[in-house]
Amino acid sequence: MLEISKLVKRYGNDEPVLKELDLVVEGSSVVSIVGASGAGKSTMLRCINRLVEPTSGSIRLNGTELVNLRGGALRRARRKIGMVFQGFNLIDRLTVMENVLAGRLGYVSLYQAVTRRYPQQDIERAFTLMERVGIAHYANKRADALSGGERQRVGVVRALMQEPEILLADEPTASLDPRTSEQIMKLLQSLAQELSLPVLINIHNVAQAKAYTERIVGLRHGKMIFDGAPGDFGKEALDAIYGGIEAPEEEITAAPSRTSSEGVSHGQI
Amino acid sequence: MVDHAASPAPRVWQRYDRRQRLVRFFLTLLSLTLIVWAVRDIDIFWPWVWDAPNQISNLGARMWPPDPRRLSEIASAMVETVHIATLATMLNVFIALPVAYIAAQNTTPNRACLWLGRFILVASRSVNTIIWALLFVAIFGPGVLAGILAIMFRSIGFVGKLMGEAIEEIDRRPVEAMEATGASKLKVVAYAIVPQVMPAFFAIVILRWDINIRESTVLGLVGAGGIGVILQGSIDTFAWRTVATILLAIIALVLFGEAVTSWLRRRVI
Amino acid sequence: MARSDSARSASPARVWHKPPFIANPWLRYGLWLGVLIYLVWALGSLPFNWERISEGLPRASRIFGGGFPPDFSRSGLLLTGFKESLQIAILATLLGVLLSIPFAVMAAKNIVPKPVYLFGRAVIIVSRSFHPVIVAILFVAAVGFGPLAGILTLTVYSIGFVGKLLAEEIEEIDWGQVEAMKATGAGYFAILVYAVFPQILPRQVGLSMYQLDSNLRASAVVGIVGAGGIGATLMNAFGRYDYDFAFAILLVIIAMILVSEGISGWIRKRIW
Repeated sequence: MLEISKLVKRYGNDEPVLKELDLVVEGSSVVSIVGASGAGKSTMLRCINRLVEPTSGSIRLNGTELVNLRGGALRRARRKIGMVFQGFNLIDRLTVMENVLAGRLGYVSLYQAVTRRYPQQDIERAFTLMERVGIAHYANKRADALSGGERQRVGVVRALMQEPEILLADEPTASLDPRTSEQIMKLLQSLAQELSLPVLINIHNVAQAKAYTERIVGLRHGKMIFDGAPGDFGKEALDAIYGGIEAPEEEITAAPSRTSSEGVSHGQI
Repeated sequence: MVDHAASPAPRVWQRYDRRQRLVRFFLTLLSLTLIVWAVRDIDIFWPWVWDAPNQISNLGARMWPPDPRRLSEIASAMVETVHIATLATMLNVFIALPVAYIAAQNTTPNRACLWLGRFILVASRSVNTIIWALLFVAIFGPGVLAGILAIMFRSIGFVGKLMGEAIEEIDRRPVEAMEATGASKLKVVAYAIVPQVMPAFFAIVILRWDINIRESTVLGLVGAGGIGVILQGSIDTFAWRTVATILLAIIALVLFGEAVTSWLRRRVI
Repeated sequence: MARSDSARSASPARVWHKPPFIANPWLRYGLWLGVLIYLVWALGSLPFNWERISEGLPRASRIFGGGFPPDFSRSGLLLTGFKESLQIAILATLLGVLLSIPFAVMAAKNIVPKPVYLFGRAVIIVSRSFHPVIVAILFVAAVGFGPLAGILTLTVYSIGFVGKLLAEEIEEIDWGQVEAMKATGAGYFAILVYAVFPQILPRQVGLSMYQLDSNLRASAVVGIVGAGGIGATLMNAFGRYDYDFAFAILLVIIAMILVSEGISGWIRKRIW
C-alpha cells in the first residue's frame, strides 16, 4: 500500500510544483495520473523513489517511510520500486539481457555486476519475463537495435526484475506510436493482475487512461482535482484538468482503435 | 514599395555598419602595432636574417646524401621511441580516468574534488612534454624512465580533459534508471556511464598515442631516451648525413603511427 | 522464432553469458597474450638505470625544496624572456599564416594539377611530422642561437598546421561560385581571389588566433634547444641548478598559457 500525504515539492524559491498532495493506492490497482505538462505528474512519481527530493510531506510504502531514507536504506527501498520511463532509459550499447539484468543491480554484488555473473535464478527469471512479453529471442541483441515498443518492453522487464512492490510508469507510451502504446498499456494492465502489483501510470492520453486503468487521478498545478473511476471522468473533469491550457486535442480525445468496442464511447469525452 | 523620389541623395553601400567598422579598424590597428613593435624590438641581428637562406641551403647540402651506416642503431632507437610512447599511453590511462571522473561536473563527489581534478588537468596541459622531461631527467637521471614519465604526465591533461567532457556529455537517462533500481554509485558508473563513454575512450587514447609518438621523438634532446639521443649526438658531432637519415626515419615513424591509428580507428570504433 | 523459444523454455536450466567483446576466442585470448608479450618485451628491452633511478626521491625532494618558494626577484630577466617569446609568436604567426595560403592552395586537390598537389601535400606532411623542437634544433644549427631560429621554427610549424586545415577547407568550397566566376571569363588568379579566398578567409582569421595561441605555447619550449624566448631562460636556470628561479619561470609560463588560451577562446567566440 502506498500512502502519500501532504507532499510538497518546490524547486528553489519558485511556486511549489506539488502542493500538499495526498494519495493512497491500495492493493493491486492500476492508477493513471493525468494532467497537462507541468502539472507535477512526473515530479510526484520521482518523489516516490526519491529521484527527486521532496521538500516536505510523507510517502509510505507498505508501512516504510521513504522520505527520510539515506544511503543503503534508500537503495534497498528503491529496489522494491520499479520504474518505467518515457524515453525507455536503456543503456543502448549493452545487450537486451544486460539491460534486463540491470534490474537486479540492487541485489547483486559489485563483482557480480561488473563481470555479469548473475545468479542462476536471476537469469531464469529474466528469461521467463522476457518470454512473457515476447522479447526473449532478442537477449543478445544490442538494446539500440530494437524498435520503440520492444525497447519499452525491455524497460518493463527491467523494472519487474527488481521484484517490485509497486511499479511506477512515467509516460510509458508517449514516445510510441498509437498501436504500440496500446500494446504497452495492455501489457502493464495484465502484468499488474498477474503479479498483483499496484501500478501508477503518468499518462497524457486520457482515452488510454480510461480504457486501461481502474482509477484516474487528475492533477493541475500540483493539486489533485479529480480522483475517481474512469466512468466518472467526463467532460467536466477534462475541462477542469486541461481547461485554459493548450492541449493536444487529438491525442487526448482520440479513442484507442481497439477499445472503442470495449465500451468507451466518443460522446463521453 | 520603395519610393525612388524620396531618396534623392546618392545611395551608398557599405558592408559593415559604423560600430563594426570601428571595431575592425581598432583590431587591425592593434595587430599592426603589435607586429611593428615585434619587428623593431626583437633582438635579431638583421644581416643574419638576409644570410639565413644561404645558411639553411648550406646545411641542407651538407646533409645530402643521407648516411645509412648507423641504420640498425637508429632502428633500435626508433623501437625504443615507440615503447616510450606506448607504455606512457597505457600507464597514463590509470591516472587520467580517475582524474576525469572527479573533474566532470556530473560525477564529481564534491566541489573540492572538482577543483582538484581541474587543477591537475590544467597543470598537466600547461607544462610541455619537454619541460616535464627536463624535470624528470633532473630527478631520475637521463634515460627512458624520465621519458615515459614526461609523456605520461603530459597525456594526463589531454586524456583527462577529453574524457571529462565525454562524461559530461552522456545521456542522463540511463543513469536515472540505474539509480531507480537501487544500484550503488559504483554500479551506476559501471552500467550507465562506462558503456556510454567507451567509444570516446578508445578514440581519445588512440589519438593521444599518435601524438605521443611524435612527442617522444624529442625527449632525447634533453636526455630522456628515444631517437632524440642519437639525433642530439649526431648534431653535436656535425654528422649531418646521419642527421638526415634520422630525420627520414622520423618521418617514416610518424607516417607509420598515422597508418596504425587509422587502422585501429576503423577496426575498433 | 516461436518454435525455438518454446524449445528453449522446455530445457531445464538456461544459461546466459555476456557475449564477449571479441567473438573469436583465438583472437580474444591472442590479443591478451599479445599485450602481455609486448609488455614483457618493452619493459625488458628498455635500458632502465635502476641505480640512478633509486636516487630519484632524495633528488626530487632537493629539487622541490630548492624550488620553493619560487624566486621572482630577477623579474627583469623573466620579462625579457617573456617579451621575446611573445615577439617570436607574433612574427611566426604572421609569416606562417601568410605562407600557409600558397601552400594550402598547392595542397588542395580540386584547384591545382596533380604534381603541384603532391608537392604541396609533401611539404605539409613533412612540416607536420617534425616536432617543433626538432625543427628548432636544425635551425639553431643553421642560423645560430637566438630568436631568429625560433621564428623560422614556428613559421614552419604554422605552415604545417594552418596549411593542412586550409587545404581541407579549400577542397570543400562551394564549387558553384567558382563556376560562376569561370562563366564571367575570369582567369585562374581572378578565380582564386574572387571565388576561393572569400570562402576560406573567415576561417583563416580564426585559425590565426588559434595559431597565435599555440605558437606562444611552442615558443616557450623551442628556447630549450636555443631558439630564444623564455624557454632559453628556463633552460639556463635549470642548467645552473637555480631551481627557485626555474619554478618562477614555470609558473609564469603556465600563467601565460592560461591567459592566452582564455583570450584566444574569447576572441574566437566573439568573432564567429
